[in-house]
Amino acid sequence: MSETLAPEQVLVVEETGAPARGFAGQSIPRKEDKRLVQGEGVYVDDIKRHGMGYAHYVRSPYGHANITAIDLSKAEALPGVYGTLTGEEVASLTDPFFQLATPPGSHIKDYALAIGKVRHVGEPVAIVVAKTRELARDAADLVEVSYEPLPALTDARHALEDGAPLLHDDVGSNLSWKGSFEWGDVDGAFAEADKIVKISELHFERFNSTPLECDAALVEYNRGTGQWTMYCNNQFPGFAAIMMGPALRTGIDKLRFVTQDIGGGFGNKITSHPQLVACCLLARKLNRAIQWTEWRTDFHLTMSHGNERWFLDTEVAVKADGELLGFRTKALDDAGAYLRYEPLGGIIWAQVTAGCYRWKHVKLDFTQVVTNKAPCSPNRGYSRMQHLWFTERVIDIVASELDLDPVEVRKRNYVKAEEMPYTTPNGCIYDSGDYSRMLDVGLELIGYDTIEERRTEAAARGKLLGLGIGSTLDSGTNNFAQSRMINPELQFSGNNEVATVKLDIFGEIVVTLGTTPQGQGHETTAAMVVADIIGVSPDDVNVRAGHDSYWNSNAGFSGTYASQFAVTGLGAVKGAADKLAGEIKKLGSVILGCAVDDLELAEGFVRMKANPEAALPLMACGAIINANNAGLPEDLDVTLNARYVYRPPFEVPDVERKYGNLTLTYAAQIHLAVVEIDPETGVYAVVDYAAVDDCGNRIHPQIVEGQVMGATAHALGAATHEAFIYDEDGNLLTPNFYDYHVPHAMDMPPLKTGFIESPSPFTALGTKGMGEGGGAGIHSVCSAIQDALKPRGRPLVYDSFNPYHRIWEMLNDPEASRSRVTVESR
Amino acid sequence: MEPQTRLTITVEVNGTSHEHEVETRRLLIHFLRDDLDLTGSHVGCDTGNCGACSVIIDGTLVKSCMLLAVQADGSKIETVEGLAVDGELTQLQQSFSDHHALQCGYCTPGMLMSATALLRQTPKPTPDEIKKGIQGNICRCTGYWNIVDAVTAASGQEVQSHE
Repeated sequence: MSETLAPEQVLVVEETGAPARGFAGQSIPRKEDKRLVQGEGVYVDDIKRHGMGYAHYVRSPYGHANITAIDLSKAEALPGVYGTLTGEEVASLTDPFFQLATPPGSHIKDYALAIGKVRHVGEPVAIVVAKTRELARDAADLVEVSYEPLPALTDARHALEDGAPLLHDDVGSNLSWKGSFEWGDVDGAFAEADKIVKISELHFERFNSTPLECDAALVEYNRGTGQWTMYCNNQFPGFAAIMMGPALRTGIDKLRFVTQDIGGGFGNKITSHPQLVACCLLARKLNRAIQWTEWRTDFHLTMSHGNERWFLDTEVAVKADGELLGFRTKALDDAGAYLRYEPLGGIIWAQVTAGCYRWKHVKLDFTQVVTNKAPCSPNRGYSRMQHLWFTERVIDIVASELDLDPVEVRKRNYVKAEEMPYTTPNGCIYDSGDYSRMLDVGLELIGYDTIEERRTEAAARGKLLGLGIGSTLDSGTNNFAQSRMINPELQFSGNNEVATVKLDIFGEIVVTLGTTPQGQGHETTAAMVVADIIGVSPDDVNVRAGHDSYWNSNAGFSGTYASQFAVTGLGAVKGAADKLAGEIKKLGSVILGCAVDDLELAEGFVRMKANPEAALPLMACGAIINANNAGLPEDLDVTLNARYVYRPPFEVPDVERKYGNLTLTYAAQIHLAVVEIDPETGVYAVVDYAAVDDCGNRIHPQIVEGQVMGATAHALGAATHEAFIYDEDGNLLTPNFYDYHVPHAMDMPPLKTGFIESPSPFTALGTKGMGEGGGAGIHSVCSAIQDALKPRGRPLVYDSFNPYHRIWEMLNDPEASRSRVTVESR
Repeated sequence: MEPQTRLTITVEVNGTSHEHEVETRRLLIHFLRDDLDLTGSHVGCDTGNCGACSVIIDGTLVKSCMLLAVQADGSKIETVEGLAVDGELTQLQQSFSDHHALQCGYCTPGMLMSATALLRQTPKPTPDEIKKGIQGNICRCTGYWNIVDAVTAASGQEVQSHE
């Protein structure tokens, strides 16, 4: 089912090389697939080198402990062991990683290995390198580490209490960052309100996307040049380089990142820089290639959890007719033991401060603390997902308490299509969209008009049926200047991505990109954009797989993260292809003896528009410039090797007011879930599901739909089954796929997808970044559960994670959840 | 007597016979990947849950991380590398591409082997039978919908659009 925006709402973009034909918009076969379905992809663990050593980590069994001694002698004596690395060596050979935080968080000292103290279960303490995987593991078991256990801090709500276990002595408390945000006239909004809904505590659970391939690297050190080559699956080499260079006391020219096929990332592979540094040190120390492939349990114990967050003392100002005026809340964020990419999450949420709604007056106090849990880092929908879950929960709780229709209250308060581009209270600009229409599409897909009959029918079977809505934004293309609202000293702003497109001797069209795709099909979509501009087929365009710092097609923000490829990556590709097209025409005008404007590119030729017979094949162009260029005019500035850096149009926001545009595009997703609950046991199932997406112009609709499906599956897992649960000593109770249940095929509900297309007025192709999704599946399932439980004492869903036992508790004691909410009438 | 830690095994993989000395504790998946350089089969967990290492041994679908290489001695093993002949994709492989049943491709080899085993046993599976057939394989990219569609189409049955 589909709808395209009415033409008057389509904002036309100035284009220099407007595609004449349209591969863009078609779901052509993915270029990546042929190798991947034959098992011919190259993932890191597939790469081998002569004499390479396998690295295995020795990890902390304690959540919090002092290291009193490390004895490596037995491990080093084992035949086949090549060497070891300890925190003591790391401390002398590297500097602590640069911290993004202001004090106190900036005082945290984070290294590639623990030094003197461990702060979460699984924290790396030492590394052993051996001839085989098995030997490395054996040897790691022979390393004897003595610990002095300390009390662990596992509940962020107690982190700032007197007497709480202190993680980082240098910091002096467990506070890593805090900031206060206020926009509009919040006091005025509460004075004007007819009702004030107060919610004491909401909780967003810790989980992550668990890509099927864990982190990995094969690292070589070249003694002669002092350069490291890292075949890895880090998804944001731009960030890794600026973290690693200073730590290793080297320039980033000495750090070559290479990726090819990456087995899923979802943000979780952004912060592998500590592990890469450890591998670099070992490669240099042992003078051999170091192979490190993380085991699944290691990944769960140590890498990149999604942030757990509380929303405390929330107050919502509402008019009697259901108009939402504003809210106040205190966000408490648990960052885990180290700050890696944090505390950026302390501002990233503000990209979607108002969610899909016209809130005008917002106050949010953000406090982030460290705990004895694995460090957090971006996870599909990073920091916005938590906040969007909060806004959707608020809507449904307000609707329930004030007896408003959840559909109507949304429609009444959504930002309207005619208000686009819409400026939010904090200065973000929603580029385009029509959330009400998306909801209508979703309601039709889910069969909203028959929902009461279905409810009755389910009740006859003894089941409670409910419908829920999750309205979300997928903000993409960060303005990195937002980091200055975390730390005004940071010198980051804007964003960029790089592409080169060249025409070679036999007519080969070759594209390189700075991105690190993990399944998003960049080779295909980049080829489509180039094909449309150069006048060839995508089959004729060879897009190099992955990222290589050697290609000169990368910049400070290169990578694949934060829903931006369709804007930054394809923006760079389009820019480079336009440049190349211009050069081909310039060459054509010389050879064919006509004006540049008389020429067009089509069917593999540069030819005269008026006389297509007068044509030069691209192959001849490539041959002339690259290998047969004598006699060309001296001033002919044509290389047929075009490089373009896409730079989105951003300003530095007002750091003082925390006001400005934080992301370039706002894709939207509105999901609807129908659940059926067994009231005896609390067991429930999602029985019907609809996902409606709007990401502007879709270059490859099938890939877009695939991303929507994937984000839906992640959210459904997080809603019901996936959580990183710690006990009070800091033991992770879900350290592998045995205990951490991700959705399997039989867990998936029937799915219908729909879309509208609201082209972005701010991007070269009218596209918007998408893929993360905003967690709409979590929100819609929470919403549906609350709707289904309504006849059973109107319990309120207060947690993002709702395993069956929690439903059972709400069924048996609805007042326990209701006691979190009070309504004050004026 | 010292326990024997190495053994010579003979296996036939995708029609080619291999005689190889292996450590007795070597997992079959590591034997395939590290010793035979058949890196199509993958490792996604260490608990036998994810199925990325699925292969077919003597006609039976097996997770090759749950077996020692020595246990496969004398057997015939089929891996993802044996599906396409001279680059000519099987109907199932082609269908995975047609229906966008893969994104990152990491689970795909195991998924293809599970689906291949299923289709040999049940040539026209229902969607529920397909879901059961791939229940042992985790995919983190697709949400499985397109995989079910791809297997349905590969068996010559009609697929309903999600839109």
